[in-house]
Amino acid sequence: MADLLLELGLEEIPARMIAAAQAELASRVNDLLKRERLLETCPEPSPDGSPVDDASRALGYSTPRRLAVLVRRVLLQQHDTEEQLTGPSWKVAFRDGEPTPAALAFAKKAGVELSALVKVSTPKGEYVSAVVHRPGRKAADVLSQELPKEFTALSWPKSMYWRPNKPERFVRPLRWLLCLLGENVVPLEFAGIVAGNVSYGHRILHGDAPVTIAEPAAYISALKSAFVLADVPERRERIRKSLDAVTRTVPGARWREDKPLVEQVTHLTEWPTVLLGSFETEYLTLPEEVLVTVMRDHQKYFAVEDAQGKLAPHFLAVLNTEVDAEGLAIIRHGNERVLRARFNDARFFWDYDQKISLADRLDRLKSVTFQKDLGSYFTKTEINLQTAKALAAAVRTADVPLDQTALEKAVLLAKTDLTTELVKEFTELQGVIGGLYARAQGLGETAAQAIATQYVPASAEDGIPQTTEAQILGLADRMATIVEMFAIGLEPSGSKDPFALRRAGNGVLKILAESGLPLTLRAVEEIALRESPRTNAIPSITSSSDPGLRESVAAFFEDRLAFYLREVRGYPYDVVNSVLAAGITTVPDAVARAQALTAVRGSEDMLAISAAFKRIKNILRQAAEKGFQDQGLGEFVLAQDLVEPAEQQLHNESVKLAPEVEALRASHRYPEALERIATLRPAVDAFFDKVMVMTPEANLRRNRLSLIASVLGNFSRIADFSEIVSS
Amino acid sequence: MAIETRNALTFQELLFRLQKFWAERGCVLQQPYDVEVGAGTMSPETFLRVLDAKPFSVAYAQPSRRPADGRYGENPNRLFKHTQFQVILKPPPVNVLEIYLDSLAAIGINLRQHDLKFEEDNWEAPTLGAWGIGWQVMLDGLEITQFTYFQQCGGLDLDPICAEITYGLERIAAFLQDVDSIYEIVWARVPDRASAVHGKTANSIPHDVTYGQVRYLEEVQFSAYNFEYADIEKLWEHLRLYETECQELLAIAEGQPEASCRLPILPAYDLCLKCSHLFNLLDARGAISVTERVGIIARIRALAVGIAKAYARMQPAA
Repeated sequence: MADLLLELGLEEIPARMIAAAQAELASRVNDLLKRERLLETCPEPSPDGSPVDDASRALGYSTPRRLAVLVRRVLLQQHDTEEQLTGPSWKVAFRDGEPTPAALAFAKKAGVELSALVKVSTPKGEYVSAVVHRPGRKAADVLSQELPKEFTALSWPKSMYWRPNKPERFVRPLRWLLCLLGENVVPLEFAGIVAGNVSYGHRILHGDAPVTIAEPAAYISALKSAFVLADVPERRERIRKSLDAVTRTVPGARWREDKPLVEQVTHLTEWPTVLLGSFETEYLTLPEEVLVTVMRDHQKYFAVEDAQGKLAPHFLAVLNTEVDAEGLAIIRHGNERVLRARFNDARFFWDYDQKISLADRLDRLKSVTFQKDLGSYFTKTEINLQTAKALAAAVRTADVPLDQTALEKAVLLAKTDLTTELVKEFTELQGVIGGLYARAQGLGETAAQAIATQYVPASAEDGIPQTTEAQILGLADRMATIVEMFAIGLEPSGSKDPFALRRAGNGVLKILAESGLPLTLRAVEEIALRESPRTNAIPSITSSSDPGLRESVAAFFEDRLAFYLREVRGYPYDVVNSVLAAGITTVPDAVARAQALTAVRGSEDMLAISAAFKRIKNILRQAAEKGFQDQGLGEFVLAQDLVEPAEQQLHNESVKLAPEVEALRASHRYPEALERIATLRPAVDAFFDKVMVMTPEANLRRNRLSLIASVLGNFSRIADFSEIVSS
Repeated sequence: MAIETRNALTFQELLFRLQKFWAERGCVLQQPYDVEVGAGTMSPETFLRVLDAKPFSVAYAQPSRRPADGRYGENPNRLFKHTQFQVILKPPPVNVLEIYLDSLAAIGINLRQHDLKFEEDNWEAPTLGAWGIGWQVMLDGLEITQFTYFQQCGGLDLDPICAEITYGLERIAAFLQDVDSIYEIVWARVPDRASAVHGKTANSIPHDVTYGQVRYLEEVQFSAYNFEYADIEKLWEHLRLYETECQELLAIAEGQPEASCRLPILPAYDLCLKCSHLFNLLDARGAISVTERVGIIARIRALAVGIAKAYARMQPAA
């Protein structure tokens, strides 16, 4: 056995792609080794005695200039194998003891002599068989043949050509390739590069000199001496520690935690150090959101706050180098200069924008395109307003307090910040800037906050807007977008979702789930369909009989709800399927049902109920196929015709339990309802134990089919238990 | 700590150094193109040259006009017309990034005392039907260069792929000289004897000529023109005329059964550039509505794509 090391040396890989690529490469190499039987199936315990899991054998490393994989203890050669192949029937293969063409063909395919064919007896008769001996291949041979295919198969969000005649696409040009099995180079070629035992260090600190890797285990330390930290967690930790250490030089200061930014700078550096810079306190009069955005999004700086949590006039830059005091002064000066220019721009825009109020900007939205077939943001605002009014009306009927004037003001002005210079410069601050201007222009806190948080939540990790007005604005904006886009055929499909409609849908679901707004998912869909002029224009949509659009919108939201329950709330997929199959009212209701079902999902009673319901469905299906299922099934069970005690018992229990469960369900007491349903188990078990539903006697059969259909109907309104999968 | 900038390159020395550096590495030095363009990429030395398979490397400074970016000379960091130094390497050498780093050393940047990062930035020009993959090169937090591997141009897939390196000269000069305003950049240092040549001994002390002295007036007047004085009706008329003539030239080219190097494709491209600049002027003037905008971009793109196709057809089959 020997260790395997693989390194792809590339021109700088985009930071956002590195983590996924590192993981994919490691898993591809690991799978390849497993598939090719180059990993011991029962690996020796690791030195500390803990068991070694096959799935984690491949260790991934990366920097902006490299992706690497290290696998310990790879077999140098596959074990020899013997496989018994079965061919044609003996009678076909040999006539009168002479081999037929069928025998010859089989022997050729198996790669054995005719004399090696033997007769085997199987339940189906006598067949020709051959034992094929396959010598194991050398690991190096397998790797040099298979690894390039794995490289080619790596998936990239965006890739490029670079060589003449364009033989391959990859994320960036490949510049070197290293592949070692033990101390030996694995002969390997990819993208015109032949593998060797040479890597390269930090562009500036180490320069062009090659770094020879003597053996795989020496990789990390060899790179370290060439100013490259290839281990991502180590690099991340060094950045965090340096951020801490450098911040401590400012009394009472803390750096603002920003995990995405830590990830980003981790993948932008090979040898990170941290620099503390400062800016003039006069810039602190600008809104904090603007300052932080400039620092984070444009300069990738960490913000620093004082002991009271207020923004301090400092920033932290993560450098990809290590320099002396003089160099540090130069770099600090350069970064401060850039930041000052950016802050100056922001201040100029901030002052400039104030000269025209948001209200006066409304008309300008006519010249800002929302989507080329859907018109301007002015049109969009009109639709948003109608949708928001209808949502507000629905909410008010449930006595939810609401400032109608503030809501309408917010909806009307929500998009006007798109015409400001500050948003043109910092597009990621849309909404936030509008909120700041609204506040500065005295439009009231409620309207300002609604405008500011209209795009919240931006992701699954975000919370939702705080106020009802903001929630309704957020719902109206997203719903109108989704419905309008669907109406002109721009719904997402597969991996294509250019208008981020799925994210908009996720936002709708999250707001509905966490706001407690008294709106069913269906009601929200209907309002959006009704208020959209585009869908209004199609007569069949306003009359509730529309076939296409209504259904595709409903299917889209059902899919988003399933995603929300699974991915955001973490409910098992079969629970989610069960809950959705039983119908959808409000989103919190679906959450409550999923919660209750998840709690009892693994219990024996529930699994038995689930198995029984599956069985009921199967029987009903078979009955339907055989034409036994007359109309009215399930509605009438003739109690006097139930002959077996077990079926009488089930009928009695079901009739008694149904109203109790229904009452609990109606008051959303799902855990108790499920508890009650679980008590049905003995009766159900006894029924299937003792009673034959598909009896030849038609009346009896019909009555039993009715009985099980009624049980299914009575107790499937919280969840369709037949969807539960026993693990 | 004071930053040493006394020996920093002047604006024109910066240009000299880059020209010399790339000339020594096999680039043909071209002059700036003499039709208004928004970027060095739009010069035919890039747009058309990248379409064929012949190896060709070229470098040139390109004053680039962006009417909407004008600020009447009042903003220290923004210009109506800035200067790009454009390098096209077809095909690029395998160590193209290392060579690029050498070019930074050639303009006086000691990389051991700076922080350098290549950050993903993929360039795209919808009106040219062009896009590429690459980076913005960040030096101490400042974007100093755009590096792009061209993938498509004029709607055509490129082969070979070439590398485009675009230096922002004003930014780099302001950085090297450590000035906070572009207008304070020293464009030229007039030495003692240069004045003496004219016999004006009273004025013979060495002095600096700044970027502001050379270009300020141009920024002010063109901002005023672009935002206020440009005659919208006439701009539309010019656009229509240039577009029509360009289409006519393309029709002539397409009507020829045999590809010929006499076909007026380069003139057609000049007319297309005129259209692009007029579109930018109309845009700065606020004269383009939502619906019009999409349509005009599509019209100019159609010209660019038509020209690229005609140019490709003109090339001898490989």
